Amino acid sequence: MKWKWNWPLWVGFIVAVGGLLSYEYFVRFPITRDFPWANLLLFAIGAVLLLIGLFRAFGRPHLYRGKAFGSIFAVIALLLFGFFSYEIFYVLRQVPLSAQAPRIGEKAPPFSLPDQDGKQVALADLLSPNGAVLIFYRGHW
Amino acid sequence: MRSFQRRLGDFKSRGVQVAAIGVDPTEISRGHAKKMGYTFPLLSDSDAAVIRRYDVLHRAAGPKGNDIARPAEFYIDASGTVRWVNLTDNIAVRARPEQALAAIDVSAGSNSSQ
Repeated sequence: MKWKWNWPLWVGFIVAVGGLLSYEYFVRFPITRDFPWANLLLFAIGAVLLLIGLFRAFGRPHLYRGKAFGSIFAVIALLLFGFFSYEIFYVLRQVPLSAQAPRIGEKAPPFSLPDQDGKQVALADLLSPNGAVLIFYRGHW
Repeated sequence: MRSFQRRLGDFKSRGVQVAAIGVDPTEISRGHAKKMGYTFPLLSDSDAAVIRRYDVLHRAAGPKGNDIARPAEFYIDASGTVRWVNLTDNIAVRARPEQALAAIDVSAGSNSSQ
């Protein structure tokens, strides 16, 4: 008897892995970074395909393979999704309160720091003519 | 920061400078500014002294468990007074340049009406 290729298992698994790996790409754009809907959409598509593949494998085992490897794919995809959710919905929200940060109406603490060319830049240098926007960032690694 | 670079002209036309502050050493900032095309200053606060003074330190959150800055944005007017603060509760969600520009315009409006 001839087996049919249970493609939804493979495609679903690849799409789910892509849901995690593509974070590096989507994080560059505010629209897909503020809320990672693009990654979640990929995970959802992957889940639907994996389910279709599993239904085929278990429902019509005489036609489709994949009971064992399909289950393994599904478990791995679920673990990846769990890891992603933990990072996105827990780790990224562990931000200090910064209760003592300068508030509106307060004077900004002065400073002088070297820029990327080694030149000292003081807050006072940045304030003319109409003030400055300071962006504190985590750094590059 | 990419989006702030894109809108840098809108800050310049308002007479407002943009500067970023992080713990990266000067050499790293230089390489990064070049790679990303950042033309505003990336200030190197390697011992996080200024970051601490602004209470925007994120302890042990760096790649080697070092202290780094949490994302935060301020608009400080010409007199050195804070006019706008954005303290996110999600590392992935940063201020958009439009928010800062709106705050600058509100601040300019309240100054001229005084």
